Amino acid sequence: MSTARFKIWRGNADGGAFQEYSVEVTEGMVVLDAVLKIQAEEAHDLGVRWNCKAGKCGSCSAEVNGNPRLMCMTGMDTIPTDRPIAVEPMQTFPIIKDLVTDVSWNFRVKQGIKPFTPRPADAHDGTWRMQQRDVNRVQEFRKCIECFLCQDVCHVLRDHRKHDEFIGPRFFVHAAALEMHPLDVADRVEELAQTEGIGYCNITKCCTKVCPEEITITDNAIIPLKERVVDRLYDPLSKLLRIFR
Amino acid sequence: MTQVTITAPVRRFGGTSRRDAWWLQPLAVAAGLGLFVAYSTWAAFQAEYYHTGTYLSPFYSPELFGDSPHAWFGPKPAAWPSWLPWSPAFLILGIPVGFRLTCYYYRGAYYKAFWADPPNCAVGEPRASYLGERSFPLIIQNVHRYFLYLALAFILVLTYDAWQGLWFVDPATGATTLGVGVGSLVLILNVILLGGYTFGCHSLRHLIGGHRDQLSGINRLRQSTYDCVSCFNQRHMLWAWMSLAWVGFTDFYIRMCAMGIWVDFRLL
Repeated sequence: MSTARFKIWRGNADGGAFQEYSVEVTEGMVVLDAVLKIQAEEAHDLGVRWNCKAGKCGSCSAEVNGNPRLMCMTGMDTIPTDRPIAVEPMQTFPIIKDLVTDVSWNFRVKQGIKPFTPRPADAHDGTWRMQQRDVNRVQEFRKCIECFLCQDVCHVLRDHRKHDEFIGPRFFVHAAALEMHPLDVADRVEELAQTEGIGYCNITKCCTKVCPEEITITDNAIIPLKERVVDRLYDPLSKLLRIFR
Repeated sequence: MTQVTITAPVRRFGGTSRRDAWWLQPLAVAAGLGLFVAYSTWAAFQAEYYHTGTYLSPFYSPELFGDSPHAWFGPKPAAWPSWLPWSPAFLILGIPVGFRLTCYYYRGAYYKAFWADPPNCAVGEPRASYLGERSFPLIIQNVHRYFLYLALAFILVLTYDAWQGLWFVDPATGATTLGVGVGSLVLILNVILLGGYTFGCHSLRHLIGGHRDQLSGINRLRQSTYDCVSCFNQRHMLWAWMSLAWVGFTDFYIRMCAMGIWVDFRLL
C-alpha cells in the first residue's frame, strides 16, 4: 500500500482552485476510486459524476494530468505518483461544480442532426435486408458511449469555442453512422459543410487518441465525411459525373 | 446551432496540465519535415549527379527534359528563360510535394508542428482566431484527390524506373544484361514504400468505394481493392514517414554513386 497525492479542482462557474488531498492506494485502484475515497473521507461536498464504473456509461469524464480520460478506466498504476495527480473537469463545457460539467449542449446539437431516415421496407412484412459487410462499417460508430472526451479535447471547441458553428467529433461520428448506413436515404452533406462546420476540423486526430472505445474517429468518420463534402461542393469532376449518372 | 457559455478562460499558448513531453512529437515532426524539405530543395537545385548507369533519382523522375539518357523529350527547352535557374526536377517535384502537402495525415502533423494549431492535444494555442479548412487559404486542401491522380501516375513511372534499374550495360561490349545491384534494391524498395503510402490515401479509399453506403453493391474486384486500400490506410502515417525517408535516401544513394563517392555493389 502506498500514498498518492491528488490535486483536485474545486469550484463552480464563477471560479475555483486546486485543493490537495492524500489517498492510500491499493492494488487495482482506479482514479475514480481515489476520488470517491476522497469524497467519502475528506471532502464530502466534492462534486463528481459517475455511474457504471466499467467504462460504459461515459459519466466520469475528466482530465487527469491534463489528459481527457474516463476516471474509472484510468488505473492508478498507469500514473506517476511522484507529484500530485491533477484531476480537473472537462474544459470545453460549462462547469457546474468541481468535476461536474454541463454537457447538455451536446444533446441539443444531436437534436439538430437529421435523424435516421430508412428507405421503404424491402419486404411485405415491413422489414429490410442488409448485407453484413455494409453494416460492419457503421457498427464501429455505434460503440460510442457519449463520454464527450473527444469534444473536450477538440481544439475547435476547447480553444476556439466554436460551439455555435461546429458540432464536434462526437456528432461527426453520429452523422457518419447515419450517412453511411445502408438503409438511410437522408442527405446530410450540405449541412455538414454549411452549418455543422466540418471544414473547421484540421485533422489533429486528438479525438481518436482520447476515445475510450477506440473508435477511429478521424480516419473512419470525419475524413470520409470530408470527402463526401468535397464530392458535393469542391470537385468539378464529381459534379460533372453526377450529371451523367 | 445552439449556444453555450463557458466561463473558464481559454488556456494561454503552451498552457496545459499535461506532464508528458507533449512538445516532443511536434518537434520531431518539424525536424523530420524540415530536414527533408532542406535536402530535397538542395538536391532539386543541383541539376547534376541525379543519374548513374540505369538508375535515376526519384526527385528527377519522370525527367521530361534534361541531358541524361532518361529524358523523355530531349534537352532543356530553348524557351526556358535564361534568368531562371534550371533543373529537370523543377518540372515535376510540385506533384509529389502537392500530394504530401494536401495529405490528410501530413495536414494534421504540420498544423501542429509549424503552426501550433494546436501545439498538441489539450495544449493551449498562440492565436485566438481560427478559420480551419473551410475558407481561404486552407480550403485549397480539398484539391488532394487531383494530386492523387497524378501521384498514381508517378507510381507507374517509378515502377518503370525500378525495372530499368535491373538492367546493366557492359561498358566493354555494350550488351545489356539483367542483374541486381544495391541500387536496384534501393529503387525497388522506394517504389514499394511510395506505393504503400499512395495506395493508403484517404481520397483513394473514398473514390474506390468509400463514397458508397452499400459496399456490397460493387463488384468483387472493387470490394477487394477497397479492403486493400483500407488496410494500407490503417498505417498511413507509418507509410508516409518510411516513404519520405526512403525517397530522400534513394536520391542520396544515386547522388553518391554518380559522384563516385560510393560504388554500386552488384549482387547478381
